[in-house]
Amino acid sequence: MHDLIAITALGGLEPRVDTVAGTILSENPGLALASVHARMGHEDACRAHLADLLDGQVPEVGRTVLRDPEAAFWTGPDQWMVGAPFDTHEDLAAELKARFGDTASVSEQTDAWACFDLRGPGMAAVIELLCPINIRQMQTGDAQRTSIHHLGCFVLRRDPSDWVRILGPRASATSLHHAVLSAMRSAL
Amino acid sequence: MIINHPLLGPRDSSEFVYMGDASLIERPDPEAETAASDFVEYAYLRDNPASWLRELWFHEGGDRSWLVVTRNTVTHEISQVEMARDVARSKGRSK
Amino acid sequence: MSQVNRLDGGQIDRAASFKFKFDGKDFFGHPGDTLASALLANGVRLMGRSFKYHRPRGPLTAGSEEPNALVTLRDGARAEPNTRATTAELFHGLTARSQNCWPSVKFDMMAVNDAASDFLAAGFYYKTFMWPAPFWEKVYEPIIRRAAGLGALSMKEDPDEYDKGFRHCDLLIIGAGPSGLMAALSAGRAGKEVILADEDFALGGRLLSERLEIGGASALDWTAQTVAELSSMPNVRLMPRTTIIGAFDHGIYGAVERVSDHLAVPAKGKPRQILWRIYADKTLLCAGATERPIAFENNDRPGIMLASAMRSYVNRWAATPAHRVAIFTSCDDGHRTAADLHAKGVKIAAVIDTRAQAPQSFDYEVLAGAEVSNTKGRLGLTFVEVKLADGSSRTVECSALGMSGGWNPNVHLTCHQRGRPAWDSVLSAFVPGGSLPQGMSVAGAAMGDFTTHGALLSGAKGAADALGIKTADVPMAEDAPPKQAAFWFVEGAKRAWLDQQNDVTVKDVVLAHQEGFRSVEHLKRYTTLGMATDQGKTSNMGGLAIMAELAGKAIPEVGTTIFRPPYTPVAIGALAGRMRGMEFHPTRLTPSHVWAKERGAVFVEVGNWLRAQWFPIAGETHWRQSVDREVAQTRASVGVCDCTTLGKIDVQGADAAHFLNKLYCNPFAKLAVGKVRYGLMLREDGIAMDDGTAARLAEDHFVVTTTTAKAGPVYQHMEFVRQCLMPDADVQLISTTEAWAQYAVAGPNSRALLQKIVDPEFDISNEAFEFMACANITVCGGLRARLFRISFSGEMAFEIAVPSRYGDALMRRLMAAGEEFDVVPYGTEALGVMRIEKGHAAGNELNGTTTANNLGMGRMVSKKKDSIGTVLSERAGLNEEDALKLVGVKPLNRAEKITAGGHLMAAASPVDAAHDQGYVTSAAYSPEVGSMIGLAFIKSGDARMGEKMRLVSPLTKSEVEVEVTSAHFVDPEGGRQRA
Repeated sequence: MHDLIAITALGGLEPRVDTVAGTILSENPGLALASVHARMGHEDACRAHLADLLDGQVPEVGRTVLRDPEAAFWTGPDQWMVGAPFDTHEDLAAELKARFGDTASVSEQTDAWACFDLRGPGMAAVIELLCPINIRQMQTGDAQRTSIHHLGCFVLRRDPSDWVRILGPRASATSLHHAVLSAMRSAL
Repeated sequence: MIINHPLLGPRDSSEFVYMGDASLIERPDPEAETAASDFVEYAYLRDNPASWLRELWFHEGGDRSWLVVTRNTVTHEISQVEMARDVARSKGRSK
Repeated sequence: MSQVNRLDGGQIDRAASFKFKFDGKDFFGHPGDTLASALLANGVRLMGRSFKYHRPRGPLTAGSEEPNALVTLRDGARAEPNTRATTAELFHGLTARSQNCWPSVKFDMMAVNDAASDFLAAGFYYKTFMWPAPFWEKVYEPIIRRAAGLGALSMKEDPDEYDKGFRHCDLLIIGAGPSGLMAALSAGRAGKEVILADEDFALGGRLLSERLEIGGASALDWTAQTVAELSSMPNVRLMPRTTIIGAFDHGIYGAVERVSDHLAVPAKGKPRQILWRIYADKTLLCAGATERPIAFENNDRPGIMLASAMRSYVNRWAATPAHRVAIFTSCDDGHRTAADLHAKGVKIAAVIDTRAQAPQSFDYEVLAGAEVSNTKGRLGLTFVEVKLADGSSRTVECSALGMSGGWNPNVHLTCHQRGRPAWDSVLSAFVPGGSLPQGMSVAGAAMGDFTTHGALLSGAKGAADALGIKTADVPMAEDAPPKQAAFWFVEGAKRAWLDQQNDVTVKDVVLAHQEGFRSVEHLKRYTTLGMATDQGKTSNMGGLAIMAELAGKAIPEVGTTIFRPPYTPVAIGALAGRMRGMEFHPTRLTPSHVWAKERGAVFVEVGNWLRAQWFPIAGETHWRQSVDREVAQTRASVGVCDCTTLGKIDVQGADAAHFLNKLYCNPFAKLAVGKVRYGLMLREDGIAMDDGTAARLAEDHFVVTTTTAKAGPVYQHMEFVRQCLMPDADVQLISTTEAWAQYAVAGPNSRALLQKIVDPEFDISNEAFEFMACANITVCGGLRARLFRISFSGEMAFEIAVPSRYGDALMRRLMAAGEEFDVVPYGTEALGVMRIEKGHAAGNELNGTTTANNLGMGRMVSKKKDSIGTVLSERAGLNEEDALKLVGVKPLNRAEKITAGGHLMAAASPVDAAHDQGYVTSAAYSPEVGSMIGLAFIKSGDARMGEKMRLVSPLTKSEVEVEVTSAHFVDPEGGRQRA
């Protein structure tokens, strides 16, 4: 076991939590991520592996499969992001590569993203100040890529539905956090 | 503007990057005798119609698909949106 | 001062009082007041001076169409000029100043312009200040700018915050008058997602200003009930204080919500305003109508206003502009105002009706077939002169005059996609016509339905038609057919104002016509009619009517100008939103940022990244000291630099090598697994696009790097090639730039340092891991990492990558482990110095004009395969004998300076463009060489080694003698990096 100490995307040793009027923004460093992109001609086999991993489900366009420990969402044609708890799945990419073999290209994405959970009664009002997603129509399980203050982000609507998970580029975590927190103070 | 993405449905054009005439898909044959002049035409000459134009848009803030958008440059009306990959295949492009 | 003009009733909260200041004087008003209503209640009619002639002016309207009552609201950094007193909501402590007057609004020195009005007519600037030409900029314009104009900016930074937001709806309803409320009720009850926006702080539109009945009860009660019902619907969102400023493509609307403008200061964390982008499937425009003024001599005195505005002030705000009022009307609506004022106890001096068949009244005198021929009163109206039907004159004493020339539908937003309004001859007005913005329909007075019942009905029907729902039941209301005949101006009037904001009179329009400006667009630009911030909401029609008469045409033949966004002026801050200062764009921080900050690094913005530029230590007073030390220590032992910012793209798939072969001009197919190769990417026109390395981690897996600045565009280009040019290739791409913290470890002791970190099972000796090798390894006892043996500095060097979360720890570990080697962290400056010493091209050389041939890499372009840019790179013009070649330059006199951007001339040639031999792209002080050095593109440069040239900069008048050298100042044989 190596002895390097991880820091969070916001640069701290502990994840940051902010609460405004009962709505909570928490930094979530506990997510391992890997992209799975079907190889040309192996799309069906790739989907079969994905279904095998996710209790028979494959996320369709704009959707997630929310389950434990692995979950996944659609990111592009024949392309998905698979997530799992970091503590138990730090080697997610290697595990998936072993599972998918030559049917998919797998790429470690764990630290490409900063993950924030925004949860509470004011969630929708905050999202309205951040990105063009139609949050009032967005359902639990929906996943959309969008732009938050010029940052390409994924927004996933979780269960219960007062909860969204925002994945944004890790190097810009500070800017993203500032944007979300400013929107919370503004809207709530 | 709103672009009706074939997979994702209506999306704000601010999520896209624009690259102009979709004729860029039709890259000339570099082996052809006329390759030199074909490539000059390909790289430099574009029609600029005040009407319908097939254009390339990249969904940078979305699923990273290139799209071919048929748009009226005067009214901004959009009549068709296709996956550029499908268009490329239909033009005989392969590997 | 007491509120001498305050009446009973009204929709103000008399239980509370607001103290406010206007032009330094204290007044009181009530919640519910606007600044204009409160001033009128306090007997203040004079609120400002006009733009050009400095005429005393008061409010013409009671709404956002106001041309006159523009004040500077608030003071200090929050001072906002040109705010309409008619829409500014009163709050406790409000301060406002009148504008364009000195020393005071009552005694304005520049009012001399009014006396000189003969010289200031239309086209005055064009004619008067033509000669001598330099005088325009230096003399005339500054004087005119001082004399004309409105308020001035505070020149201080805006202390407020602004937000941007996004909302979606099935139906956007613009305007919450009777038609808008009825439409919202219909759509809301049908369960549709509705947004009802109104610029006013109270919903109800004209209903708030009238004494009307709806469904047998007062219209105010109906309004309150309706708003209450709408508020209870979760699918309906009421947005008062929100102006729809523009209709854009495909059902997108811009809206400014004034969140905090009714407060002295926004609450902490709250925005002053929000700029909303509303995505509306369907839109119903219920923007109402604006009353038309009448042009007559001296029709701009304070106290003269639209009759409907008077009705608003009296009914809604219980504030009368005066206690003795006359009405000048060409239609029945003026009589409604007279009746309402009379009912409130205001003395009606006379109703002057242009029609011979005017309705009579028992309550006040009606002068039928009469016209107002002139007015009196320097700072406010005192008398009007009336020409009676029999031709005789009569003076009517009054302190306010209401004008009623009929109503114009508010068609503005229907024009934003170039829709042209159509002429309605019954109303003598333009109504929405042509092609409306996508999804828009129009209801109520905006469509010409001027009765209350008509508005309710068309609102319900408009919502039903737009959404395919049932038309709701509509309560009964006033349904008198509108009678409005066209009456635009009184014959013979000259100094009769059409556009009060830009000071355009009837005479100006006549003059423009005489001088040949016959097109309505030309008229507009020559006279500036309708070109003020109000976009001529109260003036365009009058100007058109006069033009039509002069041309002997009907108004629709003359045509109309159309309106453009924004509907009302928008604060720049709202358009900027939060994109100000450091928040103009997102900032990207490297994995070692926290550590570098602790070390006291000086940071530089590179694209969006903040990178350590150098790391000063105690005793260093100049950046050069730090940079020279970092370079020297790296070349002597070992240095570490965070190079995470380079773009990293994961390229996988069976056709990955084939794909890179297409992408780079040099070959990649045969690159062995475990090896890295430099790659040069061309644009299709043969110009270099970007460079980087591609590391082959597996047969079907490469990691490609891009320059920091080009990471985004290169990724986009790669996706283009993949999807559009090679759609069947088995290639998958994903950016991994931020997933990995990557550090360059450079210098003769780099291997020794890394050997302390890399787990022992990985042999990184020169034999096992030679120059340009790459491998997946583990470090520090099992952390997955990637190691690349590549060198940008020319030294023995490695780049090591670990998952970003461990980047901070790895940097600290490298520093600790490197202590015995005197390890030094280095920043972008030292990085730049070393790459210039080594002759490596970077952004300055890959500058969008240079080819592989220019860069000295012409032979890299493979002729054996097709790649992007190969064909056009072979063009003769890019391969001339004397093509620019990348070389080095150094000064003959070591003390002299090499400046990037300087041009090179032969030793004995004139200094001019015709003799230009090339230019310097990068320059730095080289500790290794002991002088400044530069990289330069010089014609046939590779054949001119040793030539003495002159480096000139005519701009800075500098000239330095230089010698042409190889671009490789350090270790040209490359022995160090292979050691």
